[in-house]
Amino acid sequence: MKKHFSLISQYAIGILFGWGLIISGMTNPMKIQNFLDLAGLWDPSLIFVMGGAVIVGLAGFYLAGKRSAAFFGGALQIPTRRDISKPLVIGSFIFGAGWGIAGFCPGPAIVALGAGHLKALVFVIAMLAGMHLCERFFTGHRKQV
Amino acid sequence: MQIDWLTFTPIPSLLGGMMLGLAVTLYVLLHGRILGISGIVSGLVHPKKEDWSWRLAFIIGLLTAPFLAALFFGILPVIEVDANWLTVIIAGLLVGFGVQYGSGCTSGHGICGLSRLSPRSLVATLSFMTAGFLVVFIIRHLI
Repeated sequence: MKKHFSLISQYAIGILFGWGLIISGMTNPMKIQNFLDLAGLWDPSLIFVMGGAVIVGLAGFYLAGKRSAAFFGGALQIPTRRDISKPLVIGSFIFGAGWGIAGFCPGPAIVALGAGHLKALVFVIAMLAGMHLCERFFTGHRKQV
Repeated sequence: MQIDWLTFTPIPSLLGGMMLGLAVTLYVLLHGRILGISGIVSGLVHPKKEDWSWRLAFIIGLLTAPFLAALFFGILPVIEVDANWLTVIIAGLLVGFGVQYGSGCTSGHGICGLSRLSPRSLVATLSFMTAGFLVVFIIRHLI
């Protein structure tokens, strides 16, 4: 029974996250690129999105730090690595380049796909292929953040 | 630097951002995990036994979010893509490869990482932001 509630909760938080992206305007690649375009007509909205998210998130992770178990069971799985590794920096640079080219990052691309956008579908398929290639030839065993 | 007051949306962006913050908070308290889209999705690329249903449930939530937003609030997301098909494919490959190699994206490193004051995530966020600024400068002002 608890497992079912856990899945429903996953689904509900997915919706909430999707709504956050839609309301904040982050599902629009043009808006992302307008933020990244410091030399053109600049749209600072993304700073407000990150600001709002981090203000709430700081409180959330502060609360989480006082707990050891998750509501639906199991230990809290917070990453503990602190080393600044080459893959971290290189991978993030490659991600940022792709993000700038099309204006899509993983979350907004999946939401845009759900809205029926064809280019988002193509982007997501290519993204899955990129993940597969990296896992196949470079990382394999490593875990995400 | 010139601010585009026509497209700037401080209030909806702040509100939407706070919803994202609420989502990552609920996620860590209820499920004990970092809400990182790339991490959740990448586990589905090579699914392991007993480790795919919750990932899929979350992704279905993301996919149905636009329909439910339209149904309950009458909001339709604006989605304008400047890039052509080939560029979209290249961008997707780079994003998929990069988030896997760098262990996270805008949600895992950006929102969650900064919220828990992780030095690794701060470096990752500065790295992808810098790359994004550079690439958009190149495609909008040099090419």
